[in-house]
Amino acid sequence: MGKTLFDKVWDAHVVTSAEGGIDVLYIDKHLIHEVTSPQAFAELEERGIQLFRPEKIMATADHNVPTWDQHLPIKDDLSRFQVNKLTENCAKHNVELYGLGHKYQGIVHVIGPELGVTQPGMTIVCGDSHTSTHGAFGSIAFGIGTSQVAQVMASQCLLQNKPKKMRVNVNGVLAKGVSPKDVILYIIAKLSANGGTGYFVEFAGNVFREMSMEGRMTVCNMSIEMGARGGMIAPDETTFEYVRGREFAPKGEDFEKAVAYWETLPTDNDATFDLEYSYDAADIEPMITFGTNPGMGIKVTENVPTEDKFSGQESFDKALGYMGFKAGESLINKQVNFVFIGSCTNSRIEDLRLVAELVKGRKKADNVNAFIVPGSKLVEAQAKSEGLDKIFAEAGFQLREPGCSACLGMNEDKIPAGEYCVSTSNRNFEGRQGQGARTLLASPLVAAITALEGKIVDVKAYLN
Amino acid sequence: MKVEKFQKLTATAVPLPIENIDTDQIIPARFLKATSREGFGDNLFCDWRYDSAGNPKADFVLNNPKYSGEILVAGRNFGCGSSREHAAWSIHDFGFKVVVSSFFADIFKGNALNNFLLPVQVSEEFLQEILQAVINEPSTELTIDLESQTIALGNKSESFSIDGYKKMCLLNGYDDIDFLLSLKDKIEAFEQKAV
Repeated sequence: MGKTLFDKVWDAHVVTSAEGGIDVLYIDKHLIHEVTSPQAFAELEERGIQLFRPEKIMATADHNVPTWDQHLPIKDDLSRFQVNKLTENCAKHNVELYGLGHKYQGIVHVIGPELGVTQPGMTIVCGDSHTSTHGAFGSIAFGIGTSQVAQVMASQCLLQNKPKKMRVNVNGVLAKGVSPKDVILYIIAKLSANGGTGYFVEFAGNVFREMSMEGRMTVCNMSIEMGARGGMIAPDETTFEYVRGREFAPKGEDFEKAVAYWETLPTDNDATFDLEYSYDAADIEPMITFGTNPGMGIKVTENVPTEDKFSGQESFDKALGYMGFKAGESLINKQVNFVFIGSCTNSRIEDLRLVAELVKGRKKADNVNAFIVPGSKLVEAQAKSEGLDKIFAEAGFQLREPGCSACLGMNEDKIPAGEYCVSTSNRNFEGRQGQGARTLLASPLVAAITALEGKIVDVKAYLN
Repeated sequence: MKVEKFQKLTATAVPLPIENIDTDQIIPARFLKATSREGFGDNLFCDWRYDSAGNPKADFVLNNPKYSGEILVAGRNFGCGSSREHAAWSIHDFGFKVVVSSFFADIFKGNALNNFLLPVQVSEEFLQEILQAVINEPSTELTIDLESQTIALGNKSESFSIDGYKKMCLLNGYDDIDFLLSLKDKIEAFEQKAV
C-alpha cells in the first residue's frame, strides 16, 4: 500500500518505538520564543542537563514585544524581564537568537520560512500551536508544551503517538476576492473547531496547488483552529522556488540533491486516509466569524445562524452574548472601529501588498483605528523598499514594527472592551485581543475594506 | 518540575458545563509573562472569575462555596487553542488532579499528562450525568482509578483510555526526559544514519 506525505516524513524520523507503541520522533528544527521557553531552560539547569543539539534551535522574541520604538528598552517590566531572560538563556546555551534589533527578528512562523530554515520533509516543533504554519512546505510541524520544549532541548526527540490522517480536497476556481484565508475559514466552519482533533491534515486539490507559499502558510497556520495538530501541503515547484537561494537553504549541488528527495514526498496514488472531505471552490465566498471560536464562521453576506450544529445552545448563546450579536441577524453595516492586519496568519509581504493595492489613494473611515503589523523586519524592510509605507500612511493606516501584537494582546496592542475588531489573525476567543474585545476574523482584503468603509460591507458587491 | 504519582482518587468535583473552553479562558495571555511554573492557579479562569476591578464574580462556579474538590468537570472540547502549558499548570496549581470532559484538545491533553494532571475522557451521556449529579448535589464524589482505567459515579462507571506509556509514567512518577536521555545512543546512531 502506498504512503501519504505525512507517513513518509513521519516514518523517516522514528528513532525507535517505546512501550505501548509510542514513537520516539527525531526533530530537525526547534524554534523557540520568549514566552514558552524560560521554564524549559530552567528545568534543564535544575536537573543539570546540557542542551543536546543547540545548533538545531532558532530563537526570536515576538509574543510580547512592543510594536513601537523597538530600539528603546521595553517599558513593561515583566515583558522586558522575559525578553532579557531569552537573550541570557540563548547566550548561555549557544542558541542562535534573532532578538529585538536584529535584522531577522520577527514572528517565529514568518521568519523560519523566509530565512530558509523551514524546508520540505523536516520535522519542526515550537512551543506555539501555530507551528502548523510550516506544514505548507510539506514538513511535519506542530506546537508543543513547555515540558516538551525541555525534552527536545535535552534529546532532540519527542515521544509521540502517530496521529490519524485526514485529507481535505478543494478543487475548482476561486471567485474574485476569495483568498486563502477564506478557504481555511470555510473549511473550519464546515468541520468545527474540533473536527480535526486527533488528525494530521493534508490539504490537496488544485486550489492549494495554485496557491503561493504565503497562501499555503495561511491555510496550514489555521489547521490547529479545527483541532488538528498540523496541516501539510505537498511540496512542488512553487515550494522549491520559494526555498531556493534563501539564507539557510541548501546551496548548489546540495540543493539539487534535496529537491530530488523532496520530489519523492507527495502522497502516493494508492495511499489511504482515515477521513477525507471534498469541497468545491465555487462555494467559497469571503468569510467572517461571528462567534468566539474559529469554527463560528459565515460568508460575509450570510446571517448569523440561530443555532450551532456543533455545540449546545447554552454555549452558542453565551458566544453571541459576548459578541453582542443576535441570532439570525446580518453583520452587514455593523460599525467596526478597529482593524488589525498582522499575525503569523496574515502578515507576510503578499498580504501587505494586497492591502496596499486596495487602499492606495484612498482614506480609512474616520471612526476606524487601523494598524498593520508586519511579520518580520525583512517584511517591514521589503514593504518600505516598495513604498508601501507611504501608501499606508496616506490612507491613514499605521505601519508598526514586527511582533505578534494584537493577535493575543500580550503587549500594549489591545482592543478595548466591547469594541469590534476585524482582524486577520487566527483566534476569536473571548478576551483574546484584550479583555472584553470582540474579534471578527477575516482575510486581509475584508479587513482593509472594513477599514475604508468603517463598517462591514458586502465584499463581492464592493469589488464589482 | 515536581514529579508526582497518580493512582486512584475519590473526591468531590467542580462543574463547568461550558463547551469549547479554550486556553485563553483557562489562563489569559497577559499572565504568561512569568518565567517560573508556580503561582498560575491564582489567575485560573481569571476573566470569568473576577470583574475588571478584580472582585470575584458571584455567578462563577469557582467563587461558589457550594462547590469544591480535586476534580474539574467541563464541557466538550476542553483546552482548545494555544499550546501554552500554563493552562495545565494553572489548573494543577489551583488544586485539581483530574479534568473530566467528553473531548479534549490534543495539545492540552499532552500538557496535562506531562504535569501529572489526568485528563479523563467520558461519553457525552456520562458527562451530562456527572454534571447533573454534581450540580444537584455538590457532595457527590467521583472515583478515578488509573490502574483499571475507570471512572465511577455511584454504582455507574465507565472506562477511559490513556496511552500505555503515559499510564506507566503516571502510576510510577516517571517523566519523559529521563526516558529520552536513556536513549542517547540510539538517537546518536539515528543521526549518523540520517546524514
